[in-house]
Amino acid sequence: MNGLLNWIEQRIPMMRVANMHAIQYPAPVNLNFWYVFGFLATIVLVNQIVTGIWLTMNFEPSAERAFASVEYIMREVDYGWLIRYMHSTGASAFFIVVYMHMFRGMIYGSYQKPRELLWVFGMLIYLALMAEAFMGYVLPWGQMSYWGAQVIVSLFSAIPVIGPDLVIWIQGDYVISGATLNRFFALHVIALPLVIVILVFLHIIALHEVGSNNPDGIAIKHKKGSLAEEDKTSYEIHEYYTGKYDIADDVVPFFPHVVLKDLVAFSIFLAGFAYVLFFAPEMGGKFLEHPNFEIANPLKTPEHIFPVWYFTPFYAILKAVPDKLFGVLAMFGAIAALFAMPWLDRGNVRSWRYRCGLHKWNLIVFAIVFIFLGYLGGTPQENWKIIASQIATVMYFGFFGLLWIYSKNEKTKPVPERITK
Amino acid sequence: MSNVSNDANESASNDQPQSTNRRKFLTVATSVIGGVGAVGAAVPFVASWNPSAKAKAAGADVEVDISGVAPGQLIRVMWRSKPVWIVRRTPELLASLEAVEGDLRDPNSDNEQQPVYAKNRYRSIKEEYLVLVGICTHLGCSPQHLTDGAFSEYAEGVPEGFFCPCHGSKFDMAGRVFKAVPAPLNLVVPPHQFLSDTTVLIGSDA
Repeated sequence: MNGLLNWIEQRIPMMRVANMHAIQYPAPVNLNFWYVFGFLATIVLVNQIVTGIWLTMNFEPSAERAFASVEYIMREVDYGWLIRYMHSTGASAFFIVVYMHMFRGMIYGSYQKPRELLWVFGMLIYLALMAEAFMGYVLPWGQMSYWGAQVIVSLFSAIPVIGPDLVIWIQGDYVISGATLNRFFALHVIALPLVIVILVFLHIIALHEVGSNNPDGIAIKHKKGSLAEEDKTSYEIHEYYTGKYDIADDVVPFFPHVVLKDLVAFSIFLAGFAYVLFFAPEMGGKFLEHPNFEIANPLKTPEHIFPVWYFTPFYAILKAVPDKLFGVLAMFGAIAALFAMPWLDRGNVRSWRYRCGLHKWNLIVFAIVFIFLGYLGGTPQENWKIIASQIATVMYFGFFGLLWIYSKNEKTKPVPERITK
Repeated sequence: MSNVSNDANESASNDQPQSTNRRKFLTVATSVIGGVGAVGAAVPFVASWNPSAKAKAAGADVEVDISGVAPGQLIRVMWRSKPVWIVRRTPELLASLEAVEGDLRDPNSDNEQQPVYAKNRYRSIKEEYLVLVGICTHLGCSPQHLTDGAFSEYAEGVPEGFFCPCHGSKFDMAGRVFKAVPAPLNLVVPPHQFLSDTTVLIGSDA
């Protein structure tokens, strides 16, 4: 057996990679529940890929057959309903865990130096995920598929000069049509999943290069020779890390310690996931909107058009601006601002535990404003909501502006040298 | 391996000065030619996203018989898979168009949302018949035709108009957009012509 493993190891570095990235990867000992969402996101990604492959076995990507083939999957394919609901519920679950994962990064300053690129790769995953989810939602070719696509694609018509021609090029027709459905299918099942998997790979490589942050926001890797022997970890940590740094007695190996903790989180997540899957797969019209149970009709607009819940905060920002081009710019600006987090935050204390009180409130208010924008963007237009969404939009951008201002000369608390136990 | 380094040493110790100009030229020339090739290779991939010949054919002109349209009635036809409305407006309605102009963003149709022959108060060739692409200029939803006073809920004192349920944009019965709504422009008047008194051709000019 050992002979075989050695034979393999000499030809491909399987054990070396497993040791470096899991068995002997130093994870901070104080990782709390906020740190399970990366693992959960990976699990959901696997779920989406597996159920997605199975769905393509019966789905027919044409304007004539798409809607009927989804009904066929739901009603006639053995367990087709289960696989489709796993996929559709998985899409919403993906965004829940990704939003938690992003907020974790914000409260513990996981985007700060040296993790800027790690954050940017994460944001790129988020962007690709949004494109993936949008195109996936078009495929069942229901009313909301069609009209949602209409709204999103025509955002590009706001681009000066080339906009209208660009829209025709994207659609492959003068309107959203079967040609659009077909190319979205190709992008949804091949191009974007490939991009997402590659980005996730880069995200993890970047993470393991700079090391995991933790709720204290302090380093577990210290300058070589700076730690006394009794302060170093007694776990066997891969030479890749110990060779460059002194690793403090603040770490555990990722496998099995962190993995087992993540599996507990996974079992809790699975209970919630299964509940939605079996008892509320439409989530009252939030995960699968009611108009989407009607086949796409280009001549009839649904009474209200909303994107699925995970896009509604940005949709509210789009609607808040009474000008098409500036509305689109504000919407994309809202995402661009997140990209710029590492540079907007000029502080050097990471965790909100040791930052000023204003920072804590700023983060909390930002989370509330984001959820409120989501509510505004996902419910019918009313007069008070126009003003409310404009105020909330200003507050959304205000978060980044405030952060930029107070982080320059912020009054922070003393940061511990070592992880607090 | 050792042979290679010997060769390198020999050439380095050669008395003649080594010029890298040829190497630079070749690198640049190869890159440029390769780049041109890459751009050329991208052409079919980009162009294949254009509307196909079939889609272009489906975008051809549409002939509509309007002899059966009653005064006040709106009919919908498809042109390039878009809803096109043909409304036969009553004389009272035509007379009421002037009154709302103060509330409109572009009452004189200065933005080119219509062919030149429809740049007038009625935005039509024949005053009676309004031909519009029934797609909101905000984000492409199809507005609703509200009549019998239902529109006055959204625009005080205006009994009839088009209301977009997506984001609340409002248009008068010439497809002109109201102020303070998300839609920036008047509804589009497609190119069209009357082949006879009862036949209209949508998609091309006279």
